[in-house]
Amino acid sequence: MINVKGITKYFGKKPVVDDVSISIGKGRITSIIGPNGAGKSTVLSMVTRLLSNDSGEVLVEGENILTQPSDALAKKISILKQSNHLQLKITVRQLIAFGRYPYSKGRLTEEDERVIDETIQYMELEEYEHSYINELSGGQRQRAYIGMTIAQDTEYIFLDEPLNNLDMKHSVQIMQILRRLVRERDKTIIIVIHDINFASCYSDDIVALKHGKVAISGTKDQVIKKEVLEEIYEMDMNIEVIGGQQICVYFDEKCTTANELSALQKVKVAQ
Amino acid sequence: MTDKRRNRLLIILTVAAIGLIAFYMLYQLNPDILFYQLPSRTKRVVAIVIVAVAIAVSTVIFQTIVNNRILTPSIMGLDSVYMFIQTSIIFFAGATSTLLLDNRINYFVSVILLVIFTVLVFKYLFKFTGNNVFLLLLIGIILGTFFGNLASFMQLLIDPQDFMVLQSRMFGSFSSVNEQLLLFTSIIIIILLIIVFKDFGSLDVLALGREHAVNLGVNYDRKVSQLLIIIAILVSISTALVGPIMFLGLLVVNIAHEIFETFRHRYMIIGTMLFSTIALLLGQMVVQFVFNNNIELSIIINLVGGLYFIYLVLKRSQK
Repeated sequence: MINVKGITKYFGKKPVVDDVSISIGKGRITSIIGPNGAGKSTVLSMVTRLLSNDSGEVLVEGENILTQPSDALAKKISILKQSNHLQLKITVRQLIAFGRYPYSKGRLTEEDERVIDETIQYMELEEYEHSYINELSGGQRQRAYIGMTIAQDTEYIFLDEPLNNLDMKHSVQIMQILRRLVRERDKTIIIVIHDINFASCYSDDIVALKHGKVAISGTKDQVIKKEVLEEIYEMDMNIEVIGGQQICVYFDEKCTTANELSALQKVKVAQ
Repeated sequence: MTDKRRNRLLIILTVAAIGLIAFYMLYQLNPDILFYQLPSRTKRVVAIVIVAVAIAVSTVIFQTIVNNRILTPSIMGLDSVYMFIQTSIIFFAGATSTLLLDNRINYFVSVILLVIFTVLVFKYLFKFTGNNVFLLLLIGIILGTFFGNLASFMQLLIDPQDFMVLQSRMFGSFSSVNEQLLLFTSIIIIILLIIVFKDFGSLDVLALGREHAVNLGVNYDRKVSQLLIIIAILVSISTALVGPIMFLGLLVVNIAHEIFETFRHRYMIIGTMLFSTIALLLGQMVVQFVFNNNIELSIIINLVGGLYFIYLVLKRSQK
């Protein structure tokens, strides 16, 4: 259980994150959504000690993250930020091996090697194991980075926009891996995500931020509602149930016309 | 390149360095002046190794911290500050001052002032710029130019004869180093090397950048401050020992990158140390045996370094 109590961050005089309090349940996928500039990434950075907070506190299992030694915390929570441009000559395997640093401080044990092998299989990276990171495609690279956080084997995994710049196939692949992690390894995953349909289809809980404040926080069904989302994003939106999933339709005004709606209805019936 | 080949390469480089040292010690040895030649050459070899190690280690670590392969610690204008200190001594105390003539006093004054300057600049600037490398670079250039210009202004005002004295300190040179200083500097370098060698792992993690390092449990701010102080001491003692010579770092680190093709500090630091020792030894031999001490070592190294970089640029552009 992670409890965030009233964290605030000022950039200059402007509060970017203003008194945000959330609690994150174990063994679930929690998505943080919201418009650009809502403070999603800033919240994630503060919860994972990458960024200091101006007030408030973050408790992991009841313990304040700032009073714990950083190396002990690295075995409990892991974070992957969105921009990963490494200029290093580093292979996929070497990158994933870094995930074991909190345990072995760079001197890999047999146990570490086993975890690394397992992670490479899990992320389906066997083929690229010895390729350099900068020679991979975006999807492969993203999987390698996520592999590093998986090798870190922490209870809580934070990912900042893991689907950034990925096509549909790779996005779905990543989300499926995350769901498997929750199901098979009982991990707790918190992601910042822009695509509300991915949030709707794959998460258990959703936290919506707006102007640095929590707009709503609850289970998926409590948040994916027409009135709620229209208020958060300040645009017209319709929510349709397709294949058992709630899908938000927001592309342009035409979507809300009767014709389009009936067309969507037909799709639904067909399924 | 596999680790096995990297290890073999390290051994080859070590043998080459030792071979060069032996050659330097024994070349054209004259039995009549053996008592003079041997101690003098030993002193130079020790000085060369110390400086080579200091430059290599400080440059590799600095590049890891700023995540940039073209910056060296000298970007903070340390060479200019060293020149400024020497010029100020002559300007205010005169060319006959013990501050200038007594090598030991001059060394300690220079080291202390340089370390203070570097620690202040690094600590303050890293906080102030929030690790923004380009801002850091800009401020470094401004500081370097400022102290450089201040020094040349004072050089214009001093007596031409005093200027001649000063000139001998303007180029890196291994010809006049003091034994006691060598011993003292060696001890410091060995202590610092032990600290660095014990923890290659955290240096590797730092190379991933701040966010990954914090995620993996490295106490980033404390580790970086510690490393910056180590860099400041290394750069200061080598500059105060033989004069400005930091340009070598960029050259040898890039050779090590090209050849070892790895980010791992185990290979990068040891490899760079060996490359810079070999480069300095070769340079010193050319200066001493080919040109009979008529040119400065820095000129040779700049020439070779410049040619190597042109080669690198051409090779890259062909790809």
